[in-house]
Amino acid sequence: MNRLLPRLLLTPAVATLLLWMLVPLAMTVYFSVIRYNLMQPDQTGFNGLENFEYFLTDPSFSAAVLNTILLLGSVIVITVVLGMGLALLIDEAFPGRAVVRLLLISPFFVMPTVNALLWKHMMMHPIYGVLAQVSIFFGFTPVEWLSDHPLVSIIIMVSWQWLPFAALIFMTALQSMNREQLEAARMDGATYLQQLRYLYIPHLGRPVAVVVMIELIFLLSVFAEIYTTTGGGPGDASTNVAFLIFKQALLNFDAGVASAGALFAVLLANIAAAFLIRLVGKDLDK
Amino acid sequence: MARRSKYPLPLLMRTAAAWVITLLLFFPLGWLALMAFKTELQAISVPPLWWFTPTLDNFREVQERSDYLLYARNSLITSVLSTVIGLMIATPAAYSMAFFKSRHTKNLLMWMLSTKMMPAVGALVPIYVLAQKSQLLDTRTGLVIIFMLSNLPIMVWMLYSYFKEIPNEILEAARMDGATLWQEFYRVTFPLALGGLASTGLLCLVLSWNKAFWSLNLSSAKAGTLATLIASYSSPEGLFWAKLSAASLMAIAPIVVFGWFSQKQLVQGLTFGAVK
Repeated sequence: MNRLLPRLLLTPAVATLLLWMLVPLAMTVYFSVIRYNLMQPDQTGFNGLENFEYFLTDPSFSAAVLNTILLLGSVIVITVVLGMGLALLIDEAFPGRAVVRLLLISPFFVMPTVNALLWKHMMMHPIYGVLAQVSIFFGFTPVEWLSDHPLVSIIIMVSWQWLPFAALIFMTALQSMNREQLEAARMDGATYLQQLRYLYIPHLGRPVAVVVMIELIFLLSVFAEIYTTTGGGPGDASTNVAFLIFKQALLNFDAGVASAGALFAVLLANIAAAFLIRLVGKDLDK
Repeated sequence: MARRSKYPLPLLMRTAAAWVITLLLFFPLGWLALMAFKTELQAISVPPLWWFTPTLDNFREVQERSDYLLYARNSLITSVLSTVIGLMIATPAAYSMAFFKSRHTKNLLMWMLSTKMMPAVGALVPIYVLAQKSQLLDTRTGLVIIFMLSNLPIMVWMLYSYFKEIPNEILEAARMDGATLWQEFYRVTFPLALGGLASTGLLCLVLSWNKAFWSLNLSSAKAGTLATLIASYSSPEGLFWAKLSAASLMAIAPIVVFGWFSQKQLVQGLTFGAVK
């Protein structure tokens, strides 16, 4: 077989992706070792590792790393656990199942800025928000979601968006369960818990890996939800690494420090990617 | 022996539970839709109003005040173009990897995915500078290029997994019959992979439509997409929820309805063929 053709077919994709990765990376490396403040254009020149030192010793930094991990971990756990529950609940037919499916998946198509504003104003507003009104109805004091529990609020918004996705993936997977095996287990008197333990959950192993993989890709850089609601605050309470870099670049106008931070984000992404390769890499060998 | 129920929960309880949970999860969107038809005063009434005379004023005002149609057109153009161009670049690559597997294929696939893991913000400063230098700031061309590139790894992956499912025997049979590579692709592989191409395209359309980071940072009044328009409504004060709701509803309705119609394909696509 002609060996040139396969490479030729690959070239456009590989070349564009390579450019997309290498050019910004090279520029970032360069920016990270010079003085580059957009507000002080007269200050230029090499300044070694100062930008890195500044970014890494910034008290916001450790908070941002912690917040990134908390956000990522919580959303993944919430969506996988609740998504599995939902999928099991609507696995068998019941009246209106098709409509339920449509309504359930809807939040997944909502753009992050709308999602954020919807929750910020109409759900979590401490006076007029629906959650506040419900608390008052039951005689509780309304919670100041965004100022008292900013990270939790963000986790709620992001989970609301991604729960439908997880649930639908699990639903799709459950459709391919071996029905005869299930029937046999039931005939033999397996309780529902036993069926879960030995049949359903093992069957969902791969779908869980897929959900974790896709959510990792998309949630490592949650941005719009933070940008449109809390702005990372109060303080650094809801700042993740992506938002911290953004703050350095566009709020402090320090492109040098932001670039140093970006290189750190690349490192973080590579750690996550290495984890991913373990998770799904095996499947590519088949 | 008492006959064990076939289902863990009786039908009535399952139905009720499923509907209650679904309505709770859907509630924020339903509420948003309701708000869009209220007056500003009705929107903040305590307790909330469930019954009112709907008004269309909000929609009219959103169009007049912030030119909704301009942003909608930008969203439509950027998402469709980035999807089409992406498919044109990703399809040959995925085809090559699926049917001419080499020892580099796996590494190449993982590398592509790893470029997707890099937070967009990491490339913000360089991309901003590049866009400025090449006069692509606040242009639809700039956004199309960026959307396309950021979706490309996912497109290659999805198409790869669809092509992988086509049995090799079919292709070999075509070759035995003397089909050229082009005929083989056009007559055999392409029709078989059409569903996969559709899923991939649909998903990228949704992803591009909803992309917020790049449009927020690289576009404003000229090339801004609907995500930009909505973010401009995020000012801290102001009792303008009805208008905000109307604008939001107009921004999400097209893609949500589109998603409803194509949900089966979309979900299957998103699993990279790993779940059936």
